[in-house]
Amino acid sequence: MSATIDTHSHDDDHDVHHHKETFVTKYIFSQDHKMIAKQYLITGTIMGVIGVIMSIMFRMQIAWPEQPNVLFEAILGKWAPDGVMDADIYLALVTIHGTIMVFFVLTAGLSGTFSNLLIPLQIGARDMASGFLNMVSYWLFFISCIIMISSLFVEAGPAAAGWTIYPPLSALPMAQGGSGMGMTLWLVSMAIFIASSLLGSLNYIVTIINLRTKGMSMTRLPLTIWTFFVTAILGVVSFPVLLSAALLLIMDRSFGTSFFLSDIFIQGEVLHYQGGSPVLFEHLFWFLGHPEVYIVILPAMGLVSEIMASSSRKPIFGYRAMIASILAIGFLSTIVWGHHMFISGMNPFLGSVFTFTTLLIAIPSAVKAFNWITTLWKGNLQMNPAMLFSIGFVSTFITGGLTGIILGDSALDINVHDTYFVIAHFHLVMGISALYGMFAGIYHWYPKMFGRMLNKNLGYLHFWITAVCAYGVFFPMHFIGMAGLPRRYYTNSNFPLFDDLANANVIITIFAIIGGLAQLIYLYNFFSSIFFGKKAEQNPWRSTTLEWTAPMKHIHGNWPGAIPHVYRWSYDYSKPGHDDDFVPQNIPMKEGEEELQH
Amino acid sequence: MTALLTIIIVLFVAVALWQMVKIFDLAQVGTSNTQVADDNDNKINGYLMIGFLIFIYVITILSFWYLGDLPLMSNAASAHGPELDSLMIISMVVIFIVQTITQFLLHYFAFKYRGEKGKKALFYADNNTLEFIWTIIPVIVLAGLIIWGLFTWNDIMNINEDDDPMVIELYAQQFNWKARYSGGDNVLGKANVRLIDIDRANVLGIDEEDPNAQDDVIVTELHLPLGQPVVFKMRSQDVLHSAYMPHFRAQMNCVPGMVTQFGFTPTITTAEMRENPDMVEKVKNINELRRDRKEEIEEMGQELVYEFDYLLICNKICGKSHYNMQMKIIVETQEEYDAWMKEQKTFPNSLN
Repeated sequence: MSATIDTHSHDDDHDVHHHKETFVTKYIFSQDHKMIAKQYLITGTIMGVIGVIMSIMFRMQIAWPEQPNVLFEAILGKWAPDGVMDADIYLALVTIHGTIMVFFVLTAGLSGTFSNLLIPLQIGARDMASGFLNMVSYWLFFISCIIMISSLFVEAGPAAAGWTIYPPLSALPMAQGGSGMGMTLWLVSMAIFIASSLLGSLNYIVTIINLRTKGMSMTRLPLTIWTFFVTAILGVVSFPVLLSAALLLIMDRSFGTSFFLSDIFIQGEVLHYQGGSPVLFEHLFWFLGHPEVYIVILPAMGLVSEIMASSSRKPIFGYRAMIASILAIGFLSTIVWGHHMFISGMNPFLGSVFTFTTLLIAIPSAVKAFNWITTLWKGNLQMNPAMLFSIGFVSTFITGGLTGIILGDSALDINVHDTYFVIAHFHLVMGISALYGMFAGIYHWYPKMFGRMLNKNLGYLHFWITAVCAYGVFFPMHFIGMAGLPRRYYTNSNFPLFDDLANANVIITIFAIIGGLAQLIYLYNFFSSIFFGKKAEQNPWRSTTLEWTAPMKHIHGNWPGAIPHVYRWSYDYSKPGHDDDFVPQNIPMKEGEEELQH
Repeated sequence: MTALLTIIIVLFVAVALWQMVKIFDLAQVGTSNTQVADDNDNKINGYLMIGFLIFIYVITILSFWYLGDLPLMSNAASAHGPELDSLMIISMVVIFIVQTITQFLLHYFAFKYRGEKGKKALFYADNNTLEFIWTIIPVIVLAGLIIWGLFTWNDIMNINEDDDPMVIELYAQQFNWKARYSGGDNVLGKANVRLIDIDRANVLGIDEEDPNAQDDVIVTELHLPLGQPVVFKMRSQDVLHSAYMPHFRAQMNCVPGMVTQFGFTPTITTAEMRENPDMVEKVKNINELRRDRKEEIEEMGQELVYEFDYLLICNKICGKSHYNMQMKIIVETQEEYDAWMKEQKTFPNSLN
């Protein structure tokens, strides 16, 4: 594309050699995208550990309801009198688990890490368009994490209205303890998080549009960059709507407005609210909430596409179709939010429209899945841990995605809405899948981040235990949901009707505990390899993309000399006419060689 | 006791994991010390992929075996239920065909094309025919499902006034349900939470002056006459609730500040459902499980022997006791219903 701008060649020397960095500017208030990526990753990891511990605790409550447990007593303190988990804290754990995993781990931790690491390196740029904004974005994220964590220690308990925080439950402290100070902190934390996300996204968009190196046309971009690009656009389009919802909710809570509240009688008194509608909040929330699902899954798709091609030693199959489906998913994801609200009381006609758009989104998703499978066909698959997680991603994406056909169908949704069927569906299709994408990315780009290799055998162990447990937890959950068990129940023992599901719930919890513990293998591998891992070679996976041409030792500006120019797309693996089974993007075309990608 | 057992199991698993980590860690020493997969890794993981494919199939079969009777997916007790169930079954069949094939291809390819030194992959970047095929097939299948789904949805949601449905209000509050029958005139009296007068026991905020309210009847157990179309008008006084009646394939949120609605026609009485062979077996199974937990259940103050009843349960997070917000539904013959209704107090008589 002729619009590609090469702004950097003249200030190469200036950028590279002049910095004398202090500890603070290098490790804390760094403006270097590679350091910021690591900061995002480690913060996201810590939040992830908290989120997973919470899930294991509430799973234990579901499996062994109201049984005393020293673990609860130790961790929950006053919220577990005599070791029995309190019903309020159960809802709070569910709520904060969802919030942390969706926003702090799979949005900031995944997208923040890899967009920052890979955008400048893969498009051939010295750094992000604005290093300063990038730093501000990370520190805003950090502050929002601190606020979210501190909300756990509030006297009346953290937010407990579900991660979707539907008012009036989230608006009225009389309705629920967690809707007091805990909810205020939740809203403040999310508002700051959104600001962080917006700054990050704007930076990604500007960088991708303006700072591609010479020859890096849009149709030569690795799919990772395409997904980061569409993700950032989705974030910019939809996150402000959640911000407005949060601000209006703050007004309703603190300043007596009635945006979302009307006709409420609670604890013996009539409240003054009149004319608002909780359904309005649901629209605003899901206008972000649904694109959010794709903000989570798209970067994972990009990482997986890249790793699959590299590990299969084959071009990604249907590069153009992949881009088209990324764009189609991006567009459609903004017009399907209503499928979360089929039974919210909105006009049934609207339900029909959203059924239509929702099932449409299955088409580009199916195209992607088939393209990944075809990429494996007749490949020379290098079974590195990153590749295993990529294959695992496709597997859970298919299993979880297929049940979307049921949930997206308004008629069928009537009976499985808000049951465990939904939990099984979205955990597989966006939770586990995105997590697999993130793990795949970490195993693949760890050498780039830390200059050392992760231990592959621990990686295998990590993958196989996680893979078995992920299915062990979420597959039976579909059936529990189809038996009608509602989600977010502290215990099911008040419904003898569901007594025959109790054993399945115990099995699920055992899988969850083992799966959670398996992550310790990964944590050990991750942190010990930073110091003791084997030193990485220049291009350990023999990949074609530009980041592997940059020196392994991190320097400001990424490349010591001029930025490499790009002469081909990023998927010249096993191309006939070349001795090696990969041709890096910065290798000029041979005479008579054709660019075969389209 | 269970808790202690759990902790011991967890500890053992943790120790076992740690040992494995150590073994794997040590196994590194002496080998080539590269952290990139070699032929041996490719082979082992290739075979494990086939193992995993079998695992997915096995867990599918086991789930069907132990959890597949899905009493809430068969024996629908409402007129629209069977149609919805057949749509569900068709969708499930489509899903399981696609799932079985795609998972097979994915894992089999991962096994079949596992890397070997010196092998070269096929440079195969694109094929428009293939892309077209797997765009068009989902389009056709989904078009079918969408059209069927939309017809079903419209059937369910558009309440046919010609059927002369009986109007019943479902009223939700933290943490219980009430139902208000509209009486002989089939019109509910006006109501608003601002009219609630706890001292006079006007807990639903009904306008005492409204003539339509005079024959209204408020109850805490929902009785429905067999075969009579019903339309529920739903209100909530505090937070969002969701009226979920799984056996009738019915669900709708109750939203403070507005009235939502859902209608259906009950087709199976409670007594008939109790004698349904599937239900008999399910209840028998549940009661066996309950006998094993006898002490625990008696401690909770529940009756040991479970007898089937239709339920209305809350399915939208609504606060601390969300997990125990339910109302019994009884479907009975018209005569039984009339006899029951005769015993209920009308709204004016229920006031203090």
